[in-house]
Amino acid sequence: MAKFRKKKSGGQQAINTASLPDIVFMLLFFFMVSTTMKEVDLNVVVKPAQATELVKLEKKELVTFIYVGVPAKKYQALYGSEPRIQLNDQFSTVSDIQSYIAQSRDNMSEANQSKMIVSIKADKECPMGIITDIKQSLRKAAALKLNYSAAELVRDR
Amino acid sequence: MADIAFLLLIFFLVTTTMDTDTGIATLLPPPVEEEPEDTPPVKERNVFTVLINSQNQLLVEGKPMEISELTEAAKEFIVNPTDDENLPEKNTKEVEFFGTVEIGKGIISLQNDRDTEYQTYLMVQNELQRAINELREDKSKSKFGKSYAELEKEEQKAIRTLFPRKISEAEPKNIGGK
Repeated sequence: MAKFRKKKSGGQQAINTASLPDIVFMLLFFFMVSTTMKEVDLNVVVKPAQATELVKLEKKELVTFIYVGVPAKKYQALYGSEPRIQLNDQFSTVSDIQSYIAQSRDNMSEANQSKMIVSIKADKECPMGIITDIKQSLRKAAALKLNYSAAELVRDR
Repeated sequence: MADIAFLLLIFFLVTTTMDTDTGIATLLPPPVEEEPEDTPPVKERNVFTVLINSQNQLLVEGKPMEISELTEAAKEFIVNPTDDENLPEKNTKEVEFFGTVEIGKGIISLQNDRDTEYQTYLMVQNELQRAINELREDKSKSKFGKSYAELEKEEQKAIRTLFPRKISEAEPKNIGGK
C-alpha cells in the first residue's frame, strides 16, 4: 500500500519571537524618555491662536502657565460663560496672579528665577481686556518675559 | 518579562503628549511707580502707529489697512530706503562687522481696544515680528551669506542692533466696551 505521506504542513513557520522583548523594551524606553505628563487639567476651553513667527519653549522648568478661556460646560453653571483665568487647577481672578507668580518663582532654583518665562495660553476669541489686565499684574510682579502661546499657522497663500 | 514591558509600554503610549509649546515671545516694560511728568517728545515721523479697534479693524498711520499689508508697511517704515521726509530719521552708529551704519529711529506704537479679539492682536504682533525677522534675515544673507539662525552670537547681536525690536504698547482703550 502506498503510504500516505502527510503533506508538509502548509504555510509558514512561526516567527522566532526571541527578540520580541528587546523590541518592546526599546519602544518602552523611547516612550518613557519622550513622555511629558500632563500637569494640569484644563477647566477652561482654550482654542489656541495661530501665528507664524514662533519661538519654542524649550526649558519646561522655566515656564509658568496662565490659561484664559471660557469655562468648560460643566463649570458654566457656577462660573458663567465669560472668559476666566485658570492658575494651576482652579479658577482665579487677576488679583491672584501676583501671588501665583511669586509662588512659582519660589519653587524655582535660584539660578533660574531671573530667567522665568510666563506663557499665556488664551483662547483665540477671548477679548484683549482680560489679557491686558494680566499683563499689567505681571508687570507689577516683575515677571517681564512673556510668551503668547500659539500654534503654527498654515498659510494657504 | 515581556508582559510587564508591554504593560509599561502601553501605559506610556497612552499618557504621552509630545507637543512642544510654541508662542510669540515678548518683553514687558518694567513697572513704573509714577508716570514721569515730561517724557521727551517723540517726533511724529518716528512713530508708526497701529491701532486695532473692537471690530478687529486696523488703522495704520491714520489709514485703514488689512493685516496682510502690515508687514510690508512696517518694513518700509523701519528701513526708510528713500530717506522720505515722513519716515523715521536715522542715527549713525558704529556696529561691529558693519562699520558705521545708519540705524532708523523708528518706534512702532501698538494700541488695541479691550474688546479686540486675542487672535487679531496676536496676528498683528506676529506680522510686526515678521517684518523685523525678514529684515534681519535679508541682512544676514547679504552680509554673511548665511541664515540668521546659523550665525554666531556676536554676528546675531550686530544684526539685532541694526534692526532692533522697538514695539511700544499703549494702555488699551475701552471705546467699544460693554
